[in-house]
Amino acid sequence: MEVFAQQLINGLTLGSIYGLIAIGYTMVFGIIGMINFAHGDVFMLSAFIALITFLIVTTWLGISSIALALLIVLIVAMLLTALWGWSIERIAYRPLRGSFRLAPLISAIGVSIFLSNFVQVVQGARNKPTPPMMRDVITLWTGDNGYAVALSYKQIIIMLTTVVLLAGFWYLVQKTPLGRAQRACEQDRKMAALLGIDVDRTISLTFVLGAALAAVAGTMYLLYYGVVSFADGFTPGVKAFTAAVLGGIGSLPGAVLGGLLIGLVETFWSAYFSIEYKDVAAFSILAIVLIFMPSGILGRPEVEKV
Amino acid sequence: MANPAHTLAASTAADRAAPDVAGIVKDAALFALVTFGLCVPIVAFRTDLSQTSALDLVPRWGLVAILCGIVFIVRLAQRLILAGRDARRALTPAPDQATEAVGATPNAAQKVSAYALPAFLGVTLTFPLLVVLGTGGLGESRYWIDLGILILTYVMLGWGLNIVVGLAGLLDLGYVAFYAVGAYSYALLSTVFGLSFWICLPLAGLFAGLWGMVLGFPVLRLRGDYLAIVTLAFGEIIRLVLINWTDFSGGAAGLSSIPRATFFGIPFTADEDGFAAKFGLDFSPMHRVIFLYYLILALALITNGVTLRLRRLPIGRAWEALREDEIACRSLGINTTNTKLTAFALGAMFGGFAGSFFAVRQGFVSPESFNFLESAIILAIVVLGGMGSQIGVAVAAVAMVGGPELLRNLGFLKAVFGDHFDPSEYRLLLFGLAMVIMMIWRPRGLISERSPSIVLKERKRISGSLVKEGHG
Repeated sequence: MEVFAQQLINGLTLGSIYGLIAIGYTMVFGIIGMINFAHGDVFMLSAFIALITFLIVTTWLGISSIALALLIVLIVAMLLTALWGWSIERIAYRPLRGSFRLAPLISAIGVSIFLSNFVQVVQGARNKPTPPMMRDVITLWTGDNGYAVALSYKQIIIMLTTVVLLAGFWYLVQKTPLGRAQRACEQDRKMAALLGIDVDRTISLTFVLGAALAAVAGTMYLLYYGVVSFADGFTPGVKAFTAAVLGGIGSLPGAVLGGLLIGLVETFWSAYFSIEYKDVAAFSILAIVLIFMPSGILGRPEVEKV
Repeated sequence: MANPAHTLAASTAADRAAPDVAGIVKDAALFALVTFGLCVPIVAFRTDLSQTSALDLVPRWGLVAILCGIVFIVRLAQRLILAGRDARRALTPAPDQATEAVGATPNAAQKVSAYALPAFLGVTLTFPLLVVLGTGGLGESRYWIDLGILILTYVMLGWGLNIVVGLAGLLDLGYVAFYAVGAYSYALLSTVFGLSFWICLPLAGLFAGLWGMVLGFPVLRLRGDYLAIVTLAFGEIIRLVLINWTDFSGGAAGLSSIPRATFFGIPFTADEDGFAAKFGLDFSPMHRVIFLYYLILALALITNGVTLRLRRLPIGRAWEALREDEIACRSLGINTTNTKLTAFALGAMFGGFAGSFFAVRQGFVSPESFNFLESAIILAIVVLGGMGSQIGVAVAAVAMVGGPELLRNLGFLKAVFGDHFDPSEYRLLLFGLAMVIMMIWRPRGLISERSPSIVLKERKRISGSLVKEGHG
């Protein structure tokens, strides 16, 4: 029971990180129908930006309050990663609209390879650890066998940030003109353009928002694991994509739901079966969902028009 | 020529181009500014592990300035060249620019390629001889022949993947899985059952082909990009199983002491029964290397030959038709699943052959040789070569695999960039960049012209711009 509760907490934490990344995949897929393969590497890049900003803020500017430092880091990482997202869309994807169908995916694979090796070249191939921070935990209860169920401050921060940002994001998509334009483009890009919506700008903003959320995930990942390397974009990226597919690609609540599910599956699999095969489990889910249930849990079935 | 409309158009274009210099500079400056934003802080500060295993920040603003400068100049040049071209275009009337000349008379590029192909083949066939003569000794030529083997391995993998991606239009991101199946088949069959390379080679291809069918069957009804992701997942699953199933595959440490290749049963050893003694030669370890070179050359040429023949068969035509328009294919009664499956399995089979060659050459296999990056490199070679073009794939493999190796040996680059400069570090960076640029600039690859595999009465050239691919 205690082990189960502990794994539930861990799984939900991991799941919120995956959910944040998955939103980026699902939004881009919804609006232009492409798999943004480079999104995982944008996430990794944002973790590096967060790491460097954190070091600058704490050692050079001498801010000792971890909470304040984290807030600054989060904002800086979101802004700079958003700039990366915008530039990538502008350079690598926008010229390909109207090209053959696989062109954007191949271009995205190129961007993904470029980004991970760019970070390797400029930052080196070794793992980069953060200074230890926020090790305190709250013990929720202790079982009869002495197993204590603990909730760390890190986990609280990660879950709270995710919930707050998701609420803000939900408001943005549902209630603001930008969100309305986005949903209109999702439904029918040509009609939206006829009605005076700047489609290019809306797509750009989609990438900017996706990258900003990936930056939140990157910062949280750095906070949670305390280490990042240039190769860390690929596996979380594929898992987040799995989450997006599982939840139903194109659906925002689906992405979060899928993220939580993937996080839970991964932690429970590691705890109860074997930790070595946890990635195999995630990849298998991806294959199984795509083969048997391509529209996911909350997605709409796709109608192929001739 | 004295058409007033044209001169009018030309003058307005010139008017537009001339005062735009300020705008162009502004635009380039904006690019430089964005570059600056992108470089902060990821380039501007390098994180280094210090003695106490904490991270130190090393500022590098000079590098940021250089990068911004490069972007500024490149963008400026690009805009000025484009503006100049637009102005020239406006000056010359071009009534038939939309369609290229279609006719029987070959243009200059085609004439060159008619000679280039035999020349290319001649050089590859005589390569070991040329290298031995060039470097002045059997031992000295080892580096070059090894490089030749490496390039040819990628050529073969590229040609194998070309069947799947180039001909059938299925994006396979897990191709390396079949390469791994081939390599492990040979490694296990030879070490456990003691089978020789010549028995294992067809078996390895067979196993890889079977795996291709097993994996391909459930996924091939998916649409293009989903298929790509599922193949990626399968590739990763196979690699992870190879890492973790230690009893079977030796785990992350891999399998070593795999038997070496023999000359159809005669081992390359220094003793009585060895290759050198039998043929009355002085023993040299290079005999084996040169044999391996010709082995992979033969395998690659077989791949090429089979592909070229298949393109003329109904199945090959069905592949290409499928690539161009899946819905039309289905309407015409082509069984798309079977057609896709044959392409997938054949591509996998050639991957398996290449894998078993890899194992016999290295004498050692480990899961790390078969990661996603390897798939991406092979895919990059196919994409850059122009999907579907055999010679293009070969050229791309030489450029992509051989190029960085050659750069590494250029002394003056070290003089310019400092002693630590290692071009192979930038290899993948350039791969990624090249893939993006290729998709924007020439989505159909370096060699985008192709002749149709089936003709009515006379052979006509199809311009790449007239053909779309990958719809459906």
